[in-house]
Amino acid sequence: MPSFVITEKCDGCKAQDKTACQYICPHDLMTLDREKMKAFNQEPEQCWECFNCVKICPQQAIEVRGYSDFVPLGASTIPLRGTEDIMWTIKFRNGLLKRFKFPIRTTVEGSVDPYAGKPAPDYATIKGSGFFNVPARKE
Amino acid sequence: MEKETCTFSYCQKPEVTEVDCDLLIIGGGMAGCGAAVEGCAWANPKKLKVVMVDKAATDRSGAVAMGLSAINTYIGENKVVDYVKYVRNDLMGIIREDLVYDLGRHVDDSVHLFEEWGLPIWKKGDDGFSMDGHEAREKGHKMLKDGGTPCRSGKWQIMINGESYKVVVAEAAKKALESNRNATGMAQNHFERVFIVKPVMDTNGKNVAAAIGFSVRENKIYSFKAKAMVCAAAGAVNCFRPRSVGEGLGRTWYPVMCAGSGFAFGMEAGAELTLMENRFVPSRFKDGYGPVGAWFLFFKAKATDSLGNDYCADKEYFDDAVARYGDYAKGLGTAIRNHLQMRAMKDGRGPILMNTHHAMAEFSKRILEQLGEKAGAKKMRHLEAEAWEDFLDMAVGQASLWAATNVEPEKVPSEIMPTEPYLLGSHAGCAGFWVSGPGDIPGTPAEWSWGYNRMTTVPGLFMAGDCVGASGHKFSSGSHAEGRQAAKAAIAYILDHADYKPAPKKSLDEIAAELYLPFEIYEKYKVYTTDPLINPNYIGPKAIQARLMKIADEYFGGCSTWYMTSKTMLEAGLQKLELLKEDCSRMAASNLHELLRCFENYHRVLSVEAHARHILFREETRYPGYYYRGDFNKIDDANWKCFTNSKYNAEANTWEFKKVPYVQVFQ
Repeated sequence: MPSFVITEKCDGCKAQDKTACQYICPHDLMTLDREKMKAFNQEPEQCWECFNCVKICPQQAIEVRGYSDFVPLGASTIPLRGTEDIMWTIKFRNGLLKRFKFPIRTTVEGSVDPYAGKPAPDYATIKGSGFFNVPARKE
Repeated sequence: MEKETCTFSYCQKPEVTEVDCDLLIIGGGMAGCGAAVEGCAWANPKKLKVVMVDKAATDRSGAVAMGLSAINTYIGENKVVDYVKYVRNDLMGIIREDLVYDLGRHVDDSVHLFEEWGLPIWKKGDDGFSMDGHEAREKGHKMLKDGGTPCRSGKWQIMINGESYKVVVAEAAKKALESNRNATGMAQNHFERVFIVKPVMDTNGKNVAAAIGFSVRENKIYSFKAKAMVCAAAGAVNCFRPRSVGEGLGRTWYPVMCAGSGFAFGMEAGAELTLMENRFVPSRFKDGYGPVGAWFLFFKAKATDSLGNDYCADKEYFDDAVARYGDYAKGLGTAIRNHLQMRAMKDGRGPILMNTHHAMAEFSKRILEQLGEKAGAKKMRHLEAEAWEDFLDMAVGQASLWAATNVEPEKVPSEIMPTEPYLLGSHAGCAGFWVSGPGDIPGTPAEWSWGYNRMTTVPGLFMAGDCVGASGHKFSSGSHAEGRQAAKAAIAYILDHADYKPAPKKSLDEIAAELYLPFEIYEKYKVYTTDPLINPNYIGPKAIQARLMKIADEYFGGCSTWYMTSKTMLEAGLQKLELLKEDCSRMAASNLHELLRCFENYHRVLSVEAHARHILFREETRYPGYYYRGDFNKIDDANWKCFTNSKYNAEANTWEFKKVPYVQVFQ
């Protein structure tokens, strides 16, 4: 499907100012059924399986069922994304389990300052090569 | 057909907001984020206003939305000139060497910034083995900018822990935009979920005065007036019928959300295109489209036919390829390897297999010999995790497919297969716009530079990433760097044209009526039938896409003809495409999501038209393995070692074509 939403777990992000999955989906697929207050994937055949809705859901209500035209049933791939690492649990159709943990970033979220410690731009070079902070490489 | 107009008699008139700025950045992907960081650095001291518009949420928009497991362009210890030669070889001899060299001498700084901002980059330990970004930091390994050794998978590629690559890059861009708000007092300069539909030309007949679009979340239309624009929107995906027959339509190799909006924007502004015949047909793990680069380059896996033969070494195939495609075949670039693979498939020698199990067995043997049983087994587990991370960082669906089919790569091989075609300028393709070069690279024709780097033939309209033609193999890092180059040059342009005040040729009312026409049409006719999906008065977004995919696939060299086309096929297909284009004047949308899909698909139609007309113009087969002209199935350097440039006139619906001589700058 692509991503699917587990009815019991989804609360429509009623405690948040916006629905997390709807906010993050790069292809505008996740949407909220306002009557039921449950999210759903409105165009499953357009889903890239990027897992961004799965990773962001505060209720862990979203998972992915593989594309029905070539993925058999019975497996699952579940991420748990933290601030420094991501954990993946992969269940094979035959029951085999694999778990992996990978780094995702080395700095604290929100701490990036693109101009800290960088020189001010030199407008004498604006029509030449190089960036505001470094000259172009020379060989 | 009678022309439909929107008078807001049936649909509600939206609120229209005009935003004035100096630099407008269209698209919030890697190139857009690079443009924001560099653009604001130069804009802030001069109090110039920078605005970025993204159709999605910038944290997860663009081609890196899912993440990436490698950065494919990092020059490092290599020479920039060798990068130029590698790109030239892979793109069959015709590239803008000034642009590629310029990219190569700038790209590393973007990679250094990514690491500084928090992207974990693998390092090579003293024992020759790799360590992930956290381990490298804990062991006090140097950062790349201080001389740290990356873990190379290929000559130009470095491995990363890239699940949050885009989140990190977006954070820097958002901070840069915030600094620009502080410098200028603008209330808002970052617009998410706003989709740019098209340019509006200036009354001066030269510039693009505004970019117009709509909110995908509320009934609001925007006109962004700017002195200069960096178009960093995407290439075109899901234009050709995919190999999938159902839900897998979404499992495109390049991101499904890339709708050719970057191509369409420049085309409608009348900017000159180059090499739009170029496409990329990646050979990837079948169905899941997981990446093969790390398996080929890092794990040293080999692809063979189902009987274990190396199809690239097949004498009959290879000799035939050399006879048709000359020395280009001997370079065994990506296109030629595809070509040889397809020959084997057509002879029934498939499935083509990536022998992951042999590669892992080799690794295991070597590691156990080197480290002994206990430490060796631990290292092998690390290696297995690295293999899975390659998918989990950037093509999770492939990992799920392996799990669902019980594939353990160390035990069994996996099928690989050429995909449906993709149009792009940043990855291993070079379709896009003809832009000004930097102008300071000796040996470059003077006419390749007209004052401002990466500016199109339309003054003030700059391109970056997927939209710059004849300069492929930029990938994520190169797109970011190119966004920076374009934004810096755009600021120079703005400073030189301080007196220019954009004067859009269309009124805000006209713009609103144009963008909401699909709503008006839908509301006007929807009650005529019991099922609004089937209605003779209009065409919905899904129908546009389906028809486009069928035409492109059957006539313009898609999978179903083994990528084969010809003059007669192209002409027949273009007639059908023209009718589809006419039907697009009757697009219908029942909600904002469908309105987005309508215009996205119109962008795809325009992109495919450019692609087909370029293939028609170039009477040779420059890119075997990507597409074939059956009527000219050879490379013809005497007549076609040149750029093919075109210009679309949106008002008259006409095309002009010309050849531009290729010049080899680096020997």
